[in-house]
Amino acid sequence: MNEHTPILDAVCHFILLVGAALVCLPIYFVFVTGSLSQPEIMRVPMSWLPGNQFLVNMQTVLSSADFGRLLLNSFIIATGITVGKLAVSVIAAFAVTYFRFPFRMTAFWLIFMSLMLPIEVRIVPTYESAANVALPLNILGSWLGIQALVDLDWNLVNTYSGLILPLIASATATFLFRQFFLTIPEELCEAARIDGASPWQFFRLILLPLSRSNIVALAIILFLMGWNQYLWPLLLTTEPAMANAVIGLKKLMPQSDSLPTWHLLMNAAFLTMLPPTLVILILQRWFVKGLVDSGK
Amino acid sequence: MPARNNTAALPVAAGGGGLRLRQPLRRLFLKSAGDAQSESGLKRAHFQEWRLPFWLLAPQLFILLLFFFIPSIRALIQAFQLTDPFGATTQWVGFQNFERLFRSSVYWSSAQVTLIFTIAQNVLTLSIALLLAFASNHILRGRGAYRTVLLLPYAVAPAIAGIMLAFLFNPRVGPVAHMLQGLGLDWDPNRNSWHALSLIVMAASWKHICYNYIFLVAALLSVPQSILESAYLDGAGPVQRFLRISLPMITPTLFFLIVINFVYGLFETFAIVDATTRGGPAGATSILVYKVYQDGFVTLDLGSSAAQSVVLMALALLLTFAQFRFVERRVNYSV
Repeated sequence: MNEHTPILDAVCHFILLVGAALVCLPIYFVFVTGSLSQPEIMRVPMSWLPGNQFLVNMQTVLSSADFGRLLLNSFIIATGITVGKLAVSVIAAFAVTYFRFPFRMTAFWLIFMSLMLPIEVRIVPTYESAANVALPLNILGSWLGIQALVDLDWNLVNTYSGLILPLIASATATFLFRQFFLTIPEELCEAARIDGASPWQFFRLILLPLSRSNIVALAIILFLMGWNQYLWPLLLTTEPAMANAVIGLKKLMPQSDSLPTWHLLMNAAFLTMLPPTLVILILQRWFVKGLVDSGK
Repeated sequence: MPARNNTAALPVAAGGGGLRLRQPLRRLFLKSAGDAQSESGLKRAHFQEWRLPFWLLAPQLFILLLFFFIPSIRALIQAFQLTDPFGATTQWVGFQNFERLFRSSVYWSSAQVTLIFTIAQNVLTLSIALLLAFASNHILRGRGAYRTVLLLPYAVAPAIAGIMLAFLFNPRVGPVAHMLQGLGLDWDPNRNSWHALSLIVMAASWKHICYNYIFLVAALLSVPQSILESAYLDGAGPVQRFLRISLPMITPTLFFLIVINFVYGLFETFAIVDATTRGGPAGATSILVYKVYQDGFVTLDLGSSAAQSVVLMALALLLTFAQFRFVERRVNYSV
């Protein structure tokens, strides 16, 4: 097809430019506001050009709001969720595709069921489970009348494990790997078995290297998701120093009666969205693959 | 899509989905397929062992048991119990929590807000994403650059998207709010409930358009070139080809995105509401999932919160099933 449609071309570019502007302008204003001083943001109309206070504001944010710690927390939580999810998912997928054992389908359906109920619909009991991981033992103890079990208490509130562990189980990632394993030629496993490889050797030397591109693509998606967590850190942190950066932002929101510190909030918001944005920009090809794979 | 968040967003059960025949029956039916997989989702060349797979599955299942199955079952049980805010006494009350819930006008107004919010968000997100996808499918030059920019919101947390727009639309300092006021609109999302609602709709859409866009672009690329070319030879212009051929061919993707957008609007927009309007003014933006949180953690009405959880669970299940139906159709459509 070799059409010449100059008007439509122009219209399309115009639409895309407007779309790009709608995406970029809010982000640009975050940067601009983050680089202004307190009196400058109160001026009407506000400046459309960045000021020279970005580093000063950044220093204030990092020191007074302890934002450096929160960014570090975000990094630890995102990395923990990414590594943990990939690890438990890839081995679970290996188990359900490459082994015949009793209750194989039961295990598969149990994992599958967790797709259906996002954490948002069961927040109170999930919180209670994390506030005392020994809860099932307590219940068991009260049935059996064993006081030692009833008194068990293992609190994950304000801990990294509490912020990471409950988010690690992932039907999504398990299915993704399962689908991928099903497309791997049977001959590979047969050959490995003829050569005397143990299941674990087959997994480590053949399956994992083959899955590398899937792992990278999924890791990016999981990292972004982990970095942007909100509800779970909100519930599970009472100590400000254990929150992640996104939760920290909420605390910087100007209250109606105090002097509004939008410049600090926007500076912190810019710092918080910088790492995931860089990830998307640098690893774009992988990111798109991960997004489309995990969605279909 | 955030993979967990994508929870419901995962229609991949492929080999596992659909009707499952009992083992002997399967043998009967699948015999002709010769060496075809005798068990669904199992490799023909597999290992016969049960200890290793047990340990491989243990971490996943253990975490699910602790943080998924037990909480879900307890949510169900709590919905039929009444507990005082200090957790001292618990009594079995049957369907009272639900009766109380369905008679509460606050709950119905929250449901109404949620309905308006999710539908508005869905329409806005999908229509803008379609427009952008059509445009970037049509042009030849600069596709990659536009895509890079349009994907950026995916990196931004919903809460930050909310805070960002809350600033731009802040009646005292926000540049956009000043423009609106310059146009003579008395803009104030802190007092006007429609302004507050449109603010969170905009924030939710701003964040989610990129997700719709990337799926639509992928779907448009997969429309067979041969069909488009024959339409071109018949004299159909680009717009006509899009409306008459591409759009009907990608309806499965559209259905899929509509369901995903509902899931997103119902559950994942919690952060936007909590970071910006906190359900206000006067409950105008208190969507269902935000109300579960408020009743469970702020006003400590645990029975009601649990009953609301159960209602949301039912909604989530419904959407998951809807998704699977559409995905089946999607598979049938693809060429």
